[in-house]
This record gives sequence, structure tokens and C-alpha cells, in this order.
Amino acid sequence: MALSQNEVLAGLAEIVNEETGIATEAVQLEKSFTDDLDIDSISMMTIVVNAEDKFGVKIPDEEVKNLITVGDAVNFIVAAQ
Amino acid sequence: MSTKIVITGIGATTPLGGDARSTWQALLAGESGISTLEQEWIARYEIPVTFAGQAKVKATDVLTPQEAKRLDPSSQFALIAAREAWADAGSPDVEPERLAVEFATGIGGVWTLLDAYDTLKEKGPRRVMPMTVPMLMPNGPAAAIGMEISARGGVRTAVSACASSTEAIANALNRLLTGEVDIVVAGGSEAAIHPMPIAAFASMHALSKRNDDPTKASRPYDVDRDGFVMGEGGGALVIETEAHAKARGAKIYAELVGGAVTSDAYHITAPDPEGSAAARAMLQALEQAGASIEDVVHINAHATSTPVGDIAEYNALRRVFGDHLDNIAVSATKASTGHLLGGAGAIEAMFTVLALHNRLAPPTINLENQDPEIKLDVVTSPRELPAGDILAISNSFGFGGHNAVVAFRSYN
Repeated sequence: MALSQNEVLAGLAEIVNEETGIATEAVQLEKSFTDDLDIDSISMMTIVVNAEDKFGVKIPDEEVKNLITVGDAVNFIVAAQ
Repeated sequence: MSTKIVITGIGATTPLGGDARSTWQALLAGESGISTLEQEWIARYEIPVTFAGQAKVKATDVLTPQEAKRLDPSSQFALIAAREAWADAGSPDVEPERLAVEFATGIGGVWTLLDAYDTLKEKGPRRVMPMTVPMLMPNGPAAAIGMEISARGGVRTAVSACASSTEAIANALNRLLTGEVDIVVAGGSEAAIHPMPIAAFASMHALSKRNDDPTKASRPYDVDRDGFVMGEGGGALVIETEAHAKARGAKIYAELVGGAVTSDAYHITAPDPEGSAAARAMLQALEQAGASIEDVVHINAHATSTPVGDIAEYNALRRVFGDHLDNIAVSATKASTGHLLGGAGAIEAMFTVLALHNRLAPPTINLENQDPEIKLDVVTSPRELPAGDILAISNSFGFGGHNAVVAFRSYN
């Protein structure tokens, strides 16, 4: 069964927290991965790979650069399920 | 007057303790850091050697989860030891361009490398994490320290098997003597208690097989020694010019007066039984110190507890010191710590510095029947060292025929 936007956000927040230590509450839809959360490209790729595993989706490398905000990533995952 | 180079900070995490002080106290108390490995992979792979010197305090209990996640265990030990040494030196406020790191490893990120290969085989290339490369590279520990203390004067990694971290300290001495930098964090670490390296060392018959009595297995110079015992951890020294140390009012443990590196070109693993290149390293270190052999009162020997290695080092020592060798208090501290491979020289240099600073040579445990061919005055319980101006050396030798020696002088 496909997960809702909120469920994907919660799951993604856990992945971000595990990789970076950023509190899950701080991982909000409008936050930019680089500008707000200070996530570097290596951490971003780790988060992407862990998200693929967790949500059973494919996030192509060329798509990753379009995932500016947490909301971009959540929406991509919701659509790709 | 030549530039004096001094030790102003020490740090370690070892099978004897989670820091330098507890390690030294346990060493003086004659403790063993060796224990049976309880990991499930011992049975799964039927590993023939079932014990080692595991770090007394787990690195993951000290570091934040995010630090631990981004660092191979070899870098975790390095960061813990270097942080302690840096704090012990007073966390000096220094010019980043005048600060360097010389931090060694024998093997590097072996856990990361092999875990990543398992992931590749089981889950495919997409699941091999992007941090894999910086975590497995042998300069990872040095780089982690360099980032931590903002060292911009050069971050380097000597890789010469079990001589690595002694070579790193010799390199630090040279960088300070040339005037390129004022202060260096030097040392080494290793984290290779993993089934593959244990299997490989066991396969070459380098390891003790005393599975039923692990605390007695590392027994340098004893007639019943049957190989070395793997250990893990790291050690770090803060080394700087005396002028720099004095200008900032630092406490000084000892003076680093010599460092030399030679090579056997004899055999890829066996030491040259004559020990001529090893002897030359000792003589060069003493020459750099401007010292005579009679000045040496204490030696922290390489002494890994292998049948041939201990004899070869003894032959080299006799070649260098002649009859004066009988007057030298020799400690073989791997009896307590096991062999930290690329981290061994660092913790043994630290023991040598502390021996001079405290005028106390640490004991060699498990020496029950001294090999009659090895006529050394081995320290078996803590022994007071003489007053006055005294010198000590620490030896490290590694597969590949690497010989590295550092010499320290007491500081008043």
C-alpha cells in the first residue's frame, strides 16, 4: 500500500536524522537540504540510497539535483511508489 | 644551539584503557589487555585464533553517532587519541599553516573496505555508500585529525606496516627541525580485529595460538612464545619546538632527540637475522641525538613475541650496544597491549616518554622462562630509572623490512 505524504516525510526524517544527527522535527517540507539543513553532497547521496531502500523506489542520479527541498523529495517518492 | 623538539601532549585508546593515564596505570599494574573474542564470526568462519587485544573502551561509546558513522574504526581510534593529546597539550591556539599531522596506519580502513565489498556482492553497486572511499583510505585517520584541529601545514600518513607510527614520529621530528611547522600531532592507529586479517596473519603462522590462555599468549622473550597477539587502538603525541612550547607556557614531558628509518632489503616478512639495518636505525637515531650508546638507560623494544623476531631484534641490540646492553632496562610492552600494528609505535613512544617523565620503566608480563639466547635485562616489575640526563629509545619493525627508531631524552 502506498504511503501518504506525512508517512514518507516521517520516514525520510528518520533517514536524515540517522545520517546527520539533525532532529527529525527539523526536517520539514519547505526546508532546503543544502541551505537550511546544511547537508553536503555525500550525505545527500547516502540519504537518497537509504530512501530508495526504505521506500522501494528508484531515484535516478539526474533527478537528485532537482530535489532542492525536503518536500521535493517527499513528493518524488510519493509519486514513484 | 640546535632547535630542541619536545613532547607536550599525549593521548591513547588501547586494550588497557580508554585514555593515556588509565593505559599507563594498567601497564604499570601488570595487567593484560588480551581477551577471548566473543564475536559470532569466530565460530562462523572457524577462525583458528580466538583472542586479541580489543580496545578497552569502545570508540562508539565515546564518539557521537554521526562521528562514528562517518569514520572507519581506525579513524575513530585516531580521533579519540588525538583529541586527548591535543587537550592534554592545552588545546593550543596555533597558526593553522604552522600545524601539521603525521598519523600512520598499517592497514587502513579494512572494516569499511570489506563491509563495502560484502554489500556490493549482496546488494549491488547502488548500495555501496558514497562515504566508503574517504572511510577506507589509509590517510583517513590523519585527515580526520587534521579537520578536527584545523591543521593546514600538511597532513601525511606513513605506511610501513608495524613500523608505521614510529616512522610518523620520525617524520614529525624532521618537519619540525626544518622549520616548516611549529607543532605536529603524530602517532598511529589500527583497527584490524576482523576475521580476514586474523585469518591472514594466522595463515602465515605469525599469531600465537594460545586460545585456552589468552592473557598469557603475548610473552616476548619467553622460551614458550609462539607468535604475536593482535591489538587495536591508537596513540597520539603533540610534538613542537621547545621555543613554541615555552612561549605558550606548555608543560613538557620529554625531548624528542632522534628519529631514523632504514630498510633491510632482505625478505618481505622475515627480519634480517643479523639485524644490521635495524642496528643502523638505532645508531642513526642516537647520532641525531648527539648521544653515545652509554647514555641509553631504557629501551621499549619492538618484541612482538614471535620466535624469530625477538631474536633478530636482540641481535641488532647487541650489535649496537655491545656490553652496555646489560645495563639497559628493556621493556616489551606488547606483552600487555598486544600488537597494535600501525598503532604500536605510537603507544610505545608514549610509554617511553612516560617512562622518562616518571623515571619508571614499565613491566613486561608473562616472562616466566627467559629465552637463554636473549641475554637482556628485561623489566618484569616497574623499575626506577636513574636521575640526571637520561635517554631511551623505542624500536619498531615491519613487514617489508621497515625499521624505525625514535630516541627521547629526559627534560628538566
